[in-house]
Amino acid sequence: MKCYVPTDAPPLEPARLVDDFAPPLILPGAHKLCAGCGEPAAMRAVVEMIEAMGFTNRTVGVFGIGCYTSFSPGLDVEVMQALHGRAPSLATGLKRVHPNSIVFTLQGDGDMVNEGLQEVIHTAARGENVTCIMLNNGVFGETGGHMTATTVLGQRTKNSLEGRNAKKHGYPIKMAEMLAPLDGVAYVARGATNNARNIFRTRKMLRGALAAQDQRRGFSFVEILTMCPTGWFIETAEAPDYLNDKMASFHKMGVIKDAAAAPA
Amino acid sequence: MSAELLEGSEAIARAMVSAGCRFFAGYPMTPFTEVLEGMAKLMPDAGGDCVNAESELEAIGMAWGAAAAGARAATGSVGQGLSLMQESIAELCFARVPMVVLNMARGQGDYYQATRGGGHGDYRTIVLAPVDLAEAVRLVQLAFYLADKFRNPVMFMGDYYLAHVFEAVDTGAVDFGALPRKDWALDGSSSGTGNARIVSSIMPTKRNAPVYVDYGTYLETSGEKIAVMERQMEPMYEQGSCEDADCVIVAYGTPARIVRYVVGQLRAEGLRVGFFRPVTLWPFPSAQLVAATRSARGIGVYELNAGQMIDDVRLAVRDRNAISIGGLSFDSSGFGIAPELTPRKVAMRIRKFMAESGQGPGA
Amino acid sequence: MSGEVSRGTLVIDVDRCKGCELCIDACRPNVLSMTTDKRNALGYLYPVLEPGCVACHACALICPDFVFQVWRYAEPVVAGSEGGTS
Repeated sequence: MKCYVPTDAPPLEPARLVDDFAPPLILPGAHKLCAGCGEPAAMRAVVEMIEAMGFTNRTVGVFGIGCYTSFSPGLDVEVMQALHGRAPSLATGLKRVHPNSIVFTLQGDGDMVNEGLQEVIHTAARGENVTCIMLNNGVFGETGGHMTATTVLGQRTKNSLEGRNAKKHGYPIKMAEMLAPLDGVAYVARGATNNARNIFRTRKMLRGALAAQDQRRGFSFVEILTMCPTGWFIETAEAPDYLNDKMASFHKMGVIKDAAAAPA
Repeated sequence: MSAELLEGSEAIARAMVSAGCRFFAGYPMTPFTEVLEGMAKLMPDAGGDCVNAESELEAIGMAWGAAAAGARAATGSVGQGLSLMQESIAELCFARVPMVVLNMARGQGDYYQATRGGGHGDYRTIVLAPVDLAEAVRLVQLAFYLADKFRNPVMFMGDYYLAHVFEAVDTGAVDFGALPRKDWALDGSSSGTGNARIVSSIMPTKRNAPVYVDYGTYLETSGEKIAVMERQMEPMYEQGSCEDADCVIVAYGTPARIVRYVVGQLRAEGLRVGFFRPVTLWPFPSAQLVAATRSARGIGVYELNAGQMIDDVRLAVRDRNAISIGGLSFDSSGFGIAPELTPRKVAMRIRKFMAESGQGPGA
Repeated sequence: MSGEVSRGTLVIDVDRCKGCELCIDACRPNVLSMTTDKRNALGYLYPVLEPGCVACHACALICPDFVFQVWRYAEPVVAGSEGGTS
């Protein structure tokens, strides 16, 4: 006979609070994202690292357009809303006016790699001291689950129902690898939120990226693979494995670049 | 400061710096390029930043970020480049971000684009159209003032001629009055305070704001914003010898300079002709135009396009017809300063118009 | 599960859960399971906790709906002495 522990109130025994539901920078209230979405965990990691590094009261986030946009009124962080794909140029303008601020962009794969490819590449090439964060779930989540430039071959989406086919739909883009060779780029990493171990790794990557910005070493980029069971047509509990098997086998996790400084 | 002989683009750049502009981004395009050059030269010493953006979309994006950060920011281009910027201009209006946007136009074919807006949704930008460099260096400074006052982009309608004419002008700062502090601007300092600021076209407040504005309410106030600008912005115009005019010629910008001159000449010959020059293309000086043309039998419109401002003239005068008296869309080089933009040719058109309206010699 | 040692415990905001079950797999000591018959105010099954939590906070980190509050005991607690129900 199973015995359960009551979980409706804090423990009576002496105990230390490790995690209080959501971090203080995430305002209370539902975000209305799907069950099993990987983006809230990424959002949590971002704000927890900002807080941990003591950057809170000089941080501004620039949001693209996607499911994660619903976090913009739900964060106790200054936010500037950009158009689809255009967060990097807004971040550039803001950072140049306030060079001591910490500026991050939050964009999806559709936002950054489809609409905004030009913007992120130029911002990276110029070596702007901003941190661009891409939540990559291989689909346009907010519009219903369509193919993006990062959708992997074989991945089923609303407009690649038989699986992405190179001949018909072309090849996916590895965004992190595309940015890493640019001289202005100091830090590039790819993490994921499909299990606790990857979340811990991703938190370290976010730390590395934010440190690069704080140390003015150049452009920093963290790509975070996130689950989208709705866009992937699968059960929520299957999504972490799907991410591992389908997405992470192509968009490989790891720290891809960590440069001390841009070349002179 | 005192008057100095300057080329238009440089004078406009200096005037922007005098107005406190500290961020400029642009993409080279004739005849806007030299304004970008001028700002590139002046911004560093003024403690500002000028970025050669990799596209017009990025130019307005960067200016957007800088403006949201509280700086006086500007961008610009020419008609086609502004076509690319339309989505951003619309969003800037909805997000209540001030910005000055220059159109160093090729001709006058961008009137609709400027006054109606080629973007999505309900928005307007104030549009200022100088007639010469002396007016331009003042209006571009006024543009920053109005942008900050209304938290809205303001468009400056220049042209190729204005960009490259040399005139003696004073580009010193002009004081238009006090403005409230930009306590809405972003710098990170309100993050983590429980009251973080947000600059957004779709979510005007944070969820925990003392006064939470939902999207529906926000849409209603966006529409009202246009009415507020119309109420609080006095339309600007210039008119000459309209009181007893049989014919009034309506024109704006550089062509109006020629028209104004020609009207003076024709008056000296005894022809009862007047001119009316809108300076704010939006809000259009409709009531003032009606008053100026009260006694006129003919209203002629001269603009370098296939007929755009004439729609606003007709809307204003309603029961009377306004006739286009010509003006080419583009000259053969595409730079809009039509070969026929000379006093002699403009005078011919006005005389013909007056004759056909039953005025003047030959009537 | 009398005798099972818990180094930590949870407060679960059951009514915010959307039944995605990510916490079940994420839980290192495998002490989380979904209810089979009880549903929350939104109509979803939700997680319940058995003794053996190690306060690794993997559940909290991965949960999309922030339903977990994680506590680490000052001293490990033995099951049966913590008021668990059977």
